[in-house]
Amino acid sequence: MGMTMTEKILARAAGAETLRPGDLAVVNVETTVAMDSTFQPERLAEERWRDVRRVHNPDKIAIVLDHLAPAPNVQAATAHKIAREFAEKFGIKRFYDVGPDQGICHAVVAERALAMPGTVLVNSDSHTCAGGAFNCAARGIGRPDMVYTVVTGQTWFRLGETIRYDLVGKLRPGVAAKDVFLFQAGFYGEHNNQNVEYGGPGLAGLSMNARQTLATMGTELSADFSIFEPDQRMVDHISERNPGARYFLTMPDDDAVYKERRTIDLSTIEPLVALPDAVLNQSVRLSEVAGRHIDQAFIGSCANGTLEDIKSAAQVVRGRKVARGTRLIVTPGTQSIYREALKAGYIEALLDAGAVVTPATCGACLGGHMGVLAADEVCITSSTRNFKGRMGASSSKVYMASSATVAASALAGQIASAAEFFEGDLS
Amino acid sequence: MTVLKSSKVWKFGDNIDTDLMLPGSHLWKTQEERRQAVFQANRPGWVDLVTPGDAMVMGKSFGIGSSRPASLSLKLCGIGFALAESINGLFFRNCVNYGFIAFECPGCHEAFAEGDAIEVSLDTWKARNPRTGQELDVVPVPEMPLSLMLEGGIVPMLEKRGLIAPASAADEPVPEPMKFGHGG
Repeated sequence: MGMTMTEKILARAAGAETLRPGDLAVVNVETTVAMDSTFQPERLAEERWRDVRRVHNPDKIAIVLDHLAPAPNVQAATAHKIAREFAEKFGIKRFYDVGPDQGICHAVVAERALAMPGTVLVNSDSHTCAGGAFNCAARGIGRPDMVYTVVTGQTWFRLGETIRYDLVGKLRPGVAAKDVFLFQAGFYGEHNNQNVEYGGPGLAGLSMNARQTLATMGTELSADFSIFEPDQRMVDHISERNPGARYFLTMPDDDAVYKERRTIDLSTIEPLVALPDAVLNQSVRLSEVAGRHIDQAFIGSCANGTLEDIKSAAQVVRGRKVARGTRLIVTPGTQSIYREALKAGYIEALLDAGAVVTPATCGACLGGHMGVLAADEVCITSSTRNFKGRMGASSSKVYMASSATVAASALAGQIASAAEFFEGDLS
Repeated sequence: MTVLKSSKVWKFGDNIDTDLMLPGSHLWKTQEERRQAVFQANRPGWVDLVTPGDAMVMGKSFGIGSSRPASLSLKLCGIGFALAESINGLFFRNCVNYGFIAFECPGCHEAFAEGDAIEVSLDTWKARNPRTGQELDVVPVPEMPLSLMLEGGIVPMLEKRGLIAPASAADEPVPEPMKFGHGG
C-alpha cells in the first residue's frame, strides 16, 4: 500500500519505513522559521526565549521580522530587539531584519527558496503550509512548540488522512488562484485533520505565485499540510535562488491511499467573494454582492502580496482613480517584490491611482497596523482571513476576494468585477 | 481512573476562531487583559459569567485560525476542558502546548444543552451527559501529547528537563505602555 506525499516526507523525517493516518510521528525538522511575534516580550508571552540555554543547530533556523515591522510600538520594538539578541547569541545567520531583506516570513521563505522539497519546515505562524508550494511538509506550530523545536531539532505530528486535488484546465484571464481557493472553501468546506495535496495536468499552468496562494490558504481550509507535486518550474525556482540546496523531490506513490480524490477544472472557476465573519462555506458569486459599499480595499499578506497580485492590481487601476472616500492599501510581500514592482511600473500605476503602498509587513491582514478598521467599516481584502474583527474593530466587516477584484472594487467604491480589465488578455 | 467532570457546559457553534478568543488588538497584552477580551466580539460579557471548572461544547473547526495562544485565553477564563465536533490541528497543538484540555467528540453539539453537566472518561474515552444518560465516543489522544496536555504543556516540561533555565522573567523590566497604534 503506497503513501501520499505528506506520508512519505514525514516518514523520511521520522526515519520510519511507512506512516499511516493516525500514526504519531516524531520528526527531524530541517528548517525552523521564527518571527517577531515568536519573540514577544516576557510578561506578555509564556515562552521565555531569554531562558533558552542552547539551540540544536543555528544553521537550521531563520528569523524574519514581519508582523509589526517597522515596529509601530514599544512592545513590537522590544520583540525585535529580543529576536536580534537571540540571533546574535546563538549565531543564527539567516536573519531578515527591517531593511532590504524585510518581508512576510512565508514570502521571504518563497523568494529565497528556504523550504526544501521532501523535508519538514515549521514556523509559529499559522500560514506556514505556504511552504507546501515547494513540495515541503511545512506547517504552523505553536510558540511553545517552537521553543521545543529550536532546542531539540524535533517536533511531533499526528498524521491525518489526505485529500488529493487533481487540477485540470487553465485559469481564465482575470481569474486568480484566490478564486480557486474560494471555490474549495465554499464548496468543500473544512479539511480538519486532513492534508491536502495538489497535482494533475493543470499544475503546469500555475505559476509559483499562484501555487503559493493555494498552499498558504490551506490553513484556511483548516488543513494540516498543503503540498504540491514537484515539477521543473519549481526546481528552476529553487536552483536560481538557493543553488546547492539539498532536497528530496517527493511524488506520491501510484497506489497512495486518499480519503478522497477531487478534480478541479481551473477553466470553470469564476471570481468569487467570501462573505464577512468566517472563511469556510461563505463563498458567493461576485454578482451576488456587487454594489455593496466598501470603505477600504486591501491587497497583501503572505498569500496575496506576490508580484502577480501587485501586477494584476496595477493592470486594473492603471490610468484610473480610486473612488473618493475609499482607501486602497497595497502591501507587497517582501521589499524585493516592492523593488521589482517599482521597476516594472506597477507601483507608479498604483500611486497615480491614489493607492497607498506600504512597506512589506503582515500589517493590516491581522489588524496590526497600516490599515486597521474602525467600528462598522467595511473592507474587501485579498489577504488571508475575514474573521469577525480580524482587521480591526469587532463590528467591522471584511469580504475576501482576489487582488484583481479588490482593485476593481477600490475604483468603484463598492464591490465590483475586474473582468473588463482583463478582456484583451490572451494569457 | 481519570474522569473529567464539570457541572456546567457553555455551548458555542461552528468555526469559533482564534481571533474571537484572542483578538488581534490583544495579542501583545498581559494575561489578564487577554482574558477580558475573550469572545468580546461574539458574546460580550461571557468572561464575567464563567466560573472556574466550567466546560465548553463546541461545533466544527473549533480554533480555526492563527497560531496565537488562544487556548491559553480559555484556560485563563477558568475553563476546565472542552469538547468539539472537530478541532483545528494547529489549535489542538496549542491545547497541548499550553495545557488546555480539549478533545474531539462527534455528536457532542447535539447531545449537550447549555447548562448541562458533563463527564469525560479518559480510560474509556467516553463522554456522558448525566441529564440524559447519553454516552458518546471521544477521539482518543495518544499518550505523548495527552500527558503534555494534562501536565500543563511544553514550557514546564522543558524547564523540568533543564533545556531552558528557570524563570527569570520576574527580573525583566516591564515594557513601557503603548503610546500610539493599535498594538495588534
